[in-house]
Amino acid sequence: MASGDIDVAYVAKLARLALTPAEIERFGTQLGALLEHVDRLAGLPVDDVAATAAVIAQSNVMRADVPVPSLDRETVLRAAPQREGAYFRVPRIIAEDA
Amino acid sequence: MEATTARDIARSVNAGETSAVERAAAMLERIDERDGAVGAYLAVTRELARESAERVDARVAAGERLPLAGVPLAIKDNMCVTGTPTTCASKILANWVAPYTATAVRRLLDAGAIPLGKTNLDEFAMGSSCENSALGRTANPWDLSRVPGGSSGGSAAAVAAGEATVSIGSDTGGSIREPAAFCGVVGFKPTYGRISRYGLIAFASSLDQIGPFSNTVADAALLYDVMAGRDPMDATTVDRAVEPSLPGLREDLRGVRIGIVKEFGLGDLDPEVRAAYERAYADLAALGAELVEVALPTADYGIATYYLIAPAECSSNLARFDGMRYGLRVEAADVGSTYEATRAAGFGDEVKRRILIGTYALSSGYYDAYYVRAQKARTLIAADFAKAFEACDAIACPAAASPAFAFDAKADPVSMYLMDYYTIPMSLAGLPSLSVPCGYVTPPGAAGPLPLGLELSAPLFAERALLGIAHAYERSTRHAERHRIPAIPVSAGAR
Repeated sequence: MASGDIDVAYVAKLARLALTPAEIERFGTQLGALLEHVDRLAGLPVDDVAATAAVIAQSNVMRADVPVPSLDRETVLRAAPQREGAYFRVPRIIAEDA
Repeated sequence: MEATTARDIARSVNAGETSAVERAAAMLERIDERDGAVGAYLAVTRELARESAERVDARVAAGERLPLAGVPLAIKDNMCVTGTPTTCASKILANWVAPYTATAVRRLLDAGAIPLGKTNLDEFAMGSSCENSALGRTANPWDLSRVPGGSSGGSAAAVAAGEATVSIGSDTGGSIREPAAFCGVVGFKPTYGRISRYGLIAFASSLDQIGPFSNTVADAALLYDVMAGRDPMDATTVDRAVEPSLPGLREDLRGVRIGIVKEFGLGDLDPEVRAAYERAYADLAALGAELVEVALPTADYGIATYYLIAPAECSSNLARFDGMRYGLRVEAADVGSTYEATRAAGFGDEVKRRILIGTYALSSGYYDAYYVRAQKARTLIAADFAKAFEACDAIACPAAASPAFAFDAKADPVSMYLMDYYTIPMSLAGLPSLSVPCGYVTPPGAAGPLPLGLELSAPLFAERALLGIAHAYERSTRHAERHRIPAIPVSAGAR
């Protein structure tokens, strides 16, 4: 584990967050300090330890395959930043000349 | 009606001595007087409170007896209530109105509770002081220049200020227990999976758990008994019978073994704080408990483990806030830059930090070194607790290393993260854990005495035993009765 080498601009791109240069610098310093703290985990012998994703593991929780009503369409669309009739209006995904 | 309990209110409403409408009106008046100074609420749901109270009175008049009849309830604003704004104290959800109701809330309302409003929190429940709220500032009712703790600071402050009889919050790494300690109330996080998370806006799904705040352990037990149990809408709720906890409340601790954690020595604490916790341990022994030393050698790795796992889950959960179907949208040149601009404008600094660290910990090349290693550390921490509980029935330790601190006192993020030193290990292990008032200290500069909280934690699913122990401690020490919050200046500005 290496600390302090977090490329904030690259990670922000992965996380879909627009950051200003000042934010990149500030978060870089703050996250570097946190990574320094988490580096202590390197001292724990974990090679033969199983990873825990959930403390109380449950698998394949099923319900009966019966249709049930979902949220009312109008209620859901009312929350949309932009709508057009019965649809969400979103920015163009595919370029016209593609 | 100062310090009336939920049990007393439900009893008197069920007996027809008072009505839910009267209780709701009186509490709304109290909010009007005090919340300008305290700021516990982001929204007060007057209409909903009135309608709910009328419905409860009609049910009682028709002969129903409800466990929470007419009990005024505040709800942390990361839980959905149909038709009410649910903001997570974030600009990205500032105008979002929930289209459904969280199961935990639904159960409380069905049991007769009256929803007064939605309380402030650190944005998306990320923080330990409520200072990360983008929508309001909540003060500690004991000293208005201090924080209420977090992230469920509004829910803790509402009960402490007498602006709600009970409230609910969510706890991911200490977000119920730390504010309960800072505000001098009871705060209880049950076993992971005991209470449905359906309708709780997700932060870290393997850790998030809803729980109550109250003035007494008995009220916490009452709310827990109503909320707990499997929910088909949350597949992580445990399919296991819930043993009612109210009948398990006890008056002494004979035959109970309380673990004192060797690694949680009190030596680093302020002498006055240390003395309060030493007295709390002695009080447990005086009630008949046998104090045993237990070891949690990996507990010291809790914060490092948590600040990889929780942000990793957060970065995944918060990916849904992209400005397309709900919430804020900031238009930009194309869809990608619209996502980026929306999230940049909608999230505050702490949320951004956690998204960044989580994305980093999950990214190619770092996944094994950070995320998987943290998950393995989590296994060791849970195993340490399992071993400790072979020697004891519950573990006692401080809920926080200090009483409430002043606003802006923890500017450095890591120093804020360290506030959860005593609460995070239990969260990682999924354990039921609570904070109960255990004394007061008056640090230099404080307006008066500030409360401290004793954290008690038990094995998985041992809620009944845990609440029983806390009740015995509370009843014999009566710390909550020794001091009252100072008079809160009446001011306009309540929402």
